[in-house]
Amino acid sequence: MQFTILINGQARAVEADPQMPLLWVLRDLLDMKGTKFGCGKSFCGACTVHSNGAPIRSCVTTVASVGSASITTIEGVGATALGRAVQNAWLAVDVVQCGYCQAGQIMSASALLAKHPKPSDRDIDKAMSGNICRCATYTRIRAAIKQAAGMPTADSRDSFA
Amino acid sequence: MMRTRDAARVSAESRRAFLRASVAVGGGLLLDFSLPGMLDARENAAQPSSTLNAFVQISNDGAVTITSKNPEIGQGIKTMLPMLIAEELDVDWASVRIEQALSDPARYGVQFAGGSRATPLNWEPLRRVGSAARQMLISAAAQIWSVPVSECDTESGKVIHMPTKRRLSYGRLAPVAATLAAPDLTQVALKDPKNFKIIGKSRSGVDSPLVVTGKPLFGIDVTVPGMLYAVFVKSPVFGGTVVSANLDAVKAQAGVRDAFVVSGGAVFNGLVSGVAIVGANWWLVNKARESLQVVWDDGATAAQSTTGFARQAVELSAQAPGARLVADGDVTQALGASAKKLEAAYSYPFLSHATLEPQNCTAHFHDGKVEIWAPTQNPDAGRKIVAKTLGLTDADITIHMIRCGGGFGRRLMNDYMVEAAWISKQAGAPVKLLWNRQDDVQHDFYRPAGFHFFKAGLDTGGKLQAFSDHFVSFGENGKAAPSADMSANEFPAKFVANLELGISFMPLGVPTGPLRAPGSNGLAFVFQSFIDEIAHAAAQDPLQYRIDLLGERRQVGAFDTGRMIDVLALVRDKSDWARRKPAKGSGMGVAFYYSHLGYFAEVVHATVAAGGKITVDKVWVAADVGSQIINPTGAENQVQGAALDGIGEALGQAITLENGRVAQGNFDDFLLLRMNQAPPIEVHFLKTEHPPTGLGEPALPPVLPALCNALFAATGVRARSLPIDPQLFV
Repeated sequence: MQFTILINGQARAVEADPQMPLLWVLRDLLDMKGTKFGCGKSFCGACTVHSNGAPIRSCVTTVASVGSASITTIEGVGATALGRAVQNAWLAVDVVQCGYCQAGQIMSASALLAKHPKPSDRDIDKAMSGNICRCATYTRIRAAIKQAAGMPTADSRDSFA
Repeated sequence: MMRTRDAARVSAESRRAFLRASVAVGGGLLLDFSLPGMLDARENAAQPSSTLNAFVQISNDGAVTITSKNPEIGQGIKTMLPMLIAEELDVDWASVRIEQALSDPARYGVQFAGGSRATPLNWEPLRRVGSAARQMLISAAAQIWSVPVSECDTESGKVIHMPTKRRLSYGRLAPVAATLAAPDLTQVALKDPKNFKIIGKSRSGVDSPLVVTGKPLFGIDVTVPGMLYAVFVKSPVFGGTVVSANLDAVKAQAGVRDAFVVSGGAVFNGLVSGVAIVGANWWLVNKARESLQVVWDDGATAAQSTTGFARQAVELSAQAPGARLVADGDVTQALGASAKKLEAAYSYPFLSHATLEPQNCTAHFHDGKVEIWAPTQNPDAGRKIVAKTLGLTDADITIHMIRCGGGFGRRLMNDYMVEAAWISKQAGAPVKLLWNRQDDVQHDFYRPAGFHFFKAGLDTGGKLQAFSDHFVSFGENGKAAPSADMSANEFPAKFVANLELGISFMPLGVPTGPLRAPGSNGLAFVFQSFIDEIAHAAAQDPLQYRIDLLGERRQVGAFDTGRMIDVLALVRDKSDWARRKPAKGSGMGVAFYYSHLGYFAEVVHATVAAGGKITVDKVWVAADVGSQIINPTGAENQVQGAALDGIGEALGQAITLENGRVAQGNFDDFLLLRMNQAPPIEVHFLKTEHPPTGLGEPALPPVLPALCNALFAATGVRARSLPIDPQLFV
């Protein structure tokens, strides 16, 4: 079937099975490799994109269900000041180990900050616990989110510091 | 060599483009980057460059390209190894571009990611490579100026004639330098570490700008013109083979071009029996599996199960060990004479590596040769398997090492590589093979489970008089399965007068292999937990008890007791161990472990709530990995990640076998650590006068027992089996 979906501000036409997940439409039909496949069942968050600004798991979102929603991917998130601030914080804090999950982490983090510009550690736990980092860069992800928010990067849960 | 050089240019260009903050929107972004190794013509045309040695190229505008020879799996090697060269070459880090080498051991030496070996193996040799290139540039300048080499020095990519302060840039000198004979690497001078400008300064990951903007970078992102996609369906019982499959029905599915049976052989780290499905769209070929029906011959191991192994281990523990690794003194007599005796049975489960990027590989077989794009930790071993399986020579196989979305030891094996090569040959097209998550969880080389049966005896003063472990592990004919062995040096061997370590093997039909800190990741848990039991039985402080057990500062084989005592003392200070009084329900635990040449002592503070819920509040790590932390930010990241990795293993992870099949299949039943479980990790390096050693692994082992010891301190209940069962604390 023919679908026209709005990705990073551009209307993109694709011919796809209606049940094909958005993840695979992005990766293999539109050649946008930034969004990652981890589990295929929404357990790991590597495939996170924004739908009208809200984080969704593209591996369980069929192309047919996207409709007229505005989709933002890791390739487009840097077009906003907030998205760019998150990307820059990720570099400044040197979050990345293998990097495979980080597109999904950045998408979840930027959606969090759009909603909660000054998130608490609990807000971060809540928004980010659907994104697995197998290298466990969690302490730096936490710090980078705060840095992007212009907050002190100390972990408020750390009562021993 | 063109391909790798140009790949690096793509990266460098993308990085600069990003740093100009001019990133636009949408797919393709700034570059048409359709496969690693593709040329960026703009940059390539701009500047001719000169090759000084296998690792260093300098273009006429002074840009320095350094080749990174080892696979990048998230350990930061693509940043760290070039730092060693750049330091001695004496260039500004900002002028350095980094390219990923092809797999070519004749040119680069050994290329693998494993055993935390990159630092000890390359610390000196790669600095010599940089120094040799610098010496060639100095010689070129001296020749041009007709002055003695001894009057020349370097600074930030320039050679300076000291008496006259004349300068020539490396870019200008490189074409001349490239014509000179390379100096003897063993004779070149190395900097005094106090003059280091790059080594010891934090450098963020060189590929990180590409990571955070979603550029194609990983194995799974590789695209080759005309490429098809493949899945490969293997027997759920290891070693099982295809009897028949309804290939015609599968071929009739949407998007499927071909489906065929692969006979395969009996070696796990090779091509095994299965069904390949090939098509123009991975999602469709994966979906076509729903229509696939295979009649399998399960083979010999369909009756194996986790519960069966546990039962068998207990039975074996009642017998004498199959082999004695150590038999010092007289344990039986010393136990009999002990004032206090302890006995405990410990166990740990099989574990999967669960790299977040599932196993994949792209291969193009054509004209009797194969080109391979592989996220692998061990490319040359893969080449050998592909050559043998496809009847080729090593020279017929080109391997691009693509950034790995995690390694942890999984990608030391190359089963996916030979599968991709074989399927490409049969399909007559380039093929990207991608496993789904269930494939990945159910076809791993697992960290082997292990069962330990300990005894210890103390004298009236609490001193350890007798110690024995009967390790029931896996293996056959007296030989341990991969990563299922124990050495005769396992601590406290050589530290207790009467000590026995014995081992018995159960046959196993499941592939096993190295998982981050292999061996150590299980042994540290059992030994450092049981030593904690001993300290508590002696009614002594568990940290001081360990220091006392280590005894005099001395060398015991490869192990330096003084270095371990010092990191224990450091972690005691940093965690405020002696003074801190944890609240009710909370406790602190300590453990140490020596592995991969690194000395690590760790303290965990943990809390158990009324319902048994465990919170890890904080971890303190003290480490001695020698005289120099090469890239501090990367080093700290590795240590934090390793400690959290161990906490994840302790809290949630187990692979279990039922009817010879792995029972888990995704992240809903194989649980990885998540943000809300990850405590702050404080890392302290003790710098000592020893050669620098690696960091990927040695921080992991001690955190598991330190956590269990903390839980004991909090509750008085001992977790002797992993993953920790919160019901113990209810």
